[in-house]
Amino acid sequence: MGVHPPGFITGGYNSRLEALLRAGEFVVTAELQAQDGGDPEAVRADAAGLVGYVDAANCTDNSAAHAHLSAIAAGHLAADAGLEPIVQFTCRDRNRIALQSDLLGAAALGGRNVLLLTGDDVSAGDHPETRAIFDIDSLHLMRIARTMRDEGTYLSGRKLSSPPSIFIGAAENPFAPPHHVRAPRLAKKVDAGAEFAQLQLCFNVPRLRIFMEELGELGVLDRCFVLVSVYIARSVRGIRYMRDVVPGIDVPDEVMARFDAVADAPRERQTQEGIAFALETIAAVREIPGIRGVHLISINGQAEIRRVVERAGLLPRPIAAV
Amino acid sequence: METAADGRPKMGLGTRAILLVEKVTKEPLWDCRMCGQCILHSTGLRCPMTCPKNLRNGPCGGVLQNGNCEVEPDRTCTWVTAWKRSRRLPLWRDHMEHVNPPVDWRLEGTSSYINFATRRDKRVPDGWRASKERAMTERGARS
Repeated sequence: MGVHPPGFITGGYNSRLEALLRAGEFVVTAELQAQDGGDPEAVRADAAGLVGYVDAANCTDNSAAHAHLSAIAAGHLAADAGLEPIVQFTCRDRNRIALQSDLLGAAALGGRNVLLLTGDDVSAGDHPETRAIFDIDSLHLMRIARTMRDEGTYLSGRKLSSPPSIFIGAAENPFAPPHHVRAPRLAKKVDAGAEFAQLQLCFNVPRLRIFMEELGELGVLDRCFVLVSVYIARSVRGIRYMRDVVPGIDVPDEVMARFDAVADAPRERQTQEGIAFALETIAAVREIPGIRGVHLISINGQAEIRRVVERAGLLPRPIAAV
Repeated sequence: METAADGRPKMGLGTRAILLVEKVTKEPLWDCRMCGQCILHSTGLRCPMTCPKNLRNGPCGGVLQNGNCEVEPDRTCTWVTAWKRSRRLPLWRDHMEHVNPPVDWRLEGTSSYINFATRRDKRVPDGWRASKERAMTERGARS
């Protein structure tokens, strides 16, 4: 089967990201800062700062159940600034009608990559009194997106006038229990239609190795491009927050101890440690068969993302022929 | 069984009697939420509708390191229990791998026994069926 998943019928590439992955490049993605305002320049400026450093950037969908400028709008503005977006969709705030409508809307506005998620519960956000939707789950959404693109119909079976050109992504968290379910669950998502996956933040490389071996045994690595998220901590407080507040994050004690050792050092020293840790993680995951790229996350740390990409030897970014 | 024009099963007296039996047995036994389209065989006999996100196809990425639910941190994740129990089942173990279709919310509160007998619970949207056939072909192509 090689690296080309079947079911690709549009003849060209849906996105630049897809073209790079299919060309065998090790890709770099990052997360754009969610904006709490209606100023398009804020998004464009944030995106412009990553052009040339990453191949695509994720636009989160009301992350942690906090309202922000919409992911579809952010994706469009990022594309405007020359950065290819990965538009995230969660099942928390919209039913299947709205999700399908927005998949078409995103594709029409330059959102050529979509990352389809279940989403954090509303209790994680600042509107815990609201009604969560969860009409369908992320796996349903993957199959619906794939149906729209490849069969040219809505879930109902009603025909689309033109199928959306989208590269379909899933998330998976190898670091959360029940661990044995994680690889088969991603396999299920690939069966449902996912073509690339962005894994949760990795602080535990040995656990990632086991997960990737399991994926290999399930035949998933031939059908899905796997990227792993790497956190660039700017402070020890930041990594503690990840461990204690964000559900599903596994920060092993030895990793925490390393950061605790610089907890009283000046801020720059803490950032230095965060960058060093990110660089070591990137070097380690690049050695794992099947890891096809990294997804960098740093809260308000665009300069740190650029430094890490540069120091990891990932520059210049390749040019994609789409 | 006949269905009403809006796709909801009709609720005659006999239906209500079966529904009553189902409610009083399944609710205490499985913590059943009466979705009307039972998939307990593919969830290790743990009702998936007890998941606050209504997940029908496995655990979300927010399961806490102790195996508890991120939304209700004082209890075990529905899918952690489902996985453990599915390993102990004499049959249906591999049903955990099934891709379960989206919920038909019209069936909520109706009898899954009747919906099973009439195959009403097997009815899926046309687009779901088409993509299932494509997925099966792909699976066949690579094996």
